[in-house]
Amino acid sequence: MVPFGGWEMPVQYRGIIEEHRTVRAAVGCFDVSHMGEFEVEGPGALAALQRLTTNDVAALEIGQVQYSLLCRPDGGIVDDLTLYRLGPDRYLMVVNASNIDKDWTHVTTATPAEGARWRNVSEATGLIAVQGPKAEALVSRLAERDVMSIGYYRCVQGKVAGVGTLISRTGYTGEDGFELYVAAGDTERLWNALLDGGRADGVAPIGLGARDTLRLEMRYALYGNDIDDTTNPLEAGLGWVVKPAKGDFLGRAAIEAVRAQGPARKLVGLEMADRSVARHGYPVVKGDAPIGIVTSGTFGPSVERSIAMAYVAAAHGAIGTEIGVEIRGQAKAARVVKTPFHPSRVKKG
Amino acid sequence: MSNVPGDLRYTREHEWAKQEGATVRVGITAYAQEQLGDVVFVELPKVGAKVTAHQAFGVVESVKAVSDLFAPISGQVTEVNAELGQKPETVNADPYGKGWMLLVTPSDAKQWNELLTAAQYEEFLAQGGH
Repeated sequence: MVPFGGWEMPVQYRGIIEEHRTVRAAVGCFDVSHMGEFEVEGPGALAALQRLTTNDVAALEIGQVQYSLLCRPDGGIVDDLTLYRLGPDRYLMVVNASNIDKDWTHVTTATPAEGARWRNVSEATGLIAVQGPKAEALVSRLAERDVMSIGYYRCVQGKVAGVGTLISRTGYTGEDGFELYVAAGDTERLWNALLDGGRADGVAPIGLGARDTLRLEMRYALYGNDIDDTTNPLEAGLGWVVKPAKGDFLGRAAIEAVRAQGPARKLVGLEMADRSVARHGYPVVKGDAPIGIVTSGTFGPSVERSIAMAYVAAAHGAIGTEIGVEIRGQAKAARVVKTPFHPSRVKKG
Repeated sequence: MSNVPGDLRYTREHEWAKQEGATVRVGITAYAQEQLGDVVFVELPKVGAKVTAHQAFGVVESVKAVSDLFAPISGQVTEVNAELGQKPETVNADPYGKGWMLLVTPSDAKQWNELLTAAQYEEFLAQGGH
């Protein structure tokens, strides 16, 4: 067990690679109750969220989910998040565990409180992710209502295993699946019901280790590794959730200045020539010259090679560029490759 | 409790050594591979290289960590387990058998007696293993 944002969480149950393969081939359950949840409600909620987040909240329909960012005035990323529109004036913001306090201060002080009531419901909320090609069959079996019709990045309220749940077709693995939000006290009951009910599907509990290898094969950013207060959304490749046309928001001017010039560095996917693992903080070189830094790296159990994400100077960011990663004082051959490293199989439409 | 074969000698860095005639076979212990988790890469010296007792001779990478490999004894490498290049997971599956790493011809026979016996290594593990 490792401490993680004040929680004790298993890195692995039976082994990272085995758990990773379970999610790609069958279905796995992740207890990610450590994630933070803020509710915001009221006639001013939309305006507050438009000011705080980079994506266009006005485009969200009720029951729709959006990936987005909180940015500082200088364009640095405070956090990445998912935003749920639960009602006409009611939203749920889901943030990273390690950032709950920082984000809470940010959202409650950076915008006027008029017409928007914020509630930090992180402690009261449990979250179980059910991910993998058999996730739909498993959740369908336990749910009172139809879940097959829930589209990607859509959510509905419903009972699963008798527990009141916000059923969200989202995840952090690249597989089809759901994230199930419940009252904290119901988490264990739902967890046990999923593991019992999924035996025939080959369900298994999945730890933080496989959560990381699964997300990395998809090139999903991990806050604190790939993005942080000093990185801007454009260099991180997250320009697709920045919508300057929606009007002003925190960080907009700074991000647009970067856009006008072109970011000086880019977050790229790397593939190592051998199986040595490029890890967070390792230097990236071209010849003898330092050109960047590794932000995340692992051996990808599905792609069966060592993969990494790294910031490199924009001039060296093109697909196919041969570069080096300095591992234990030696430059190991690597190449900039297209991402995701492994094809996404999330539900489309 | 991890498997600690009685006929081997051990280091405090969790390598094992086995006398085979004039040479010594080297690998990492069951405890070491459990702690590392899934091994994905093993970097070994070339045949003919010299290794020095208590000094790093290579590296083992798992999904979650990287760790140096320490030589139990000084000597010359006469063989390395090339199969680990393709199947590093053998270190997890069979750490005392097919997951071996080096064969070394010792240059200082006295060093053998400085290694931990199985009983001493078990006690070291019982005290936390570090």
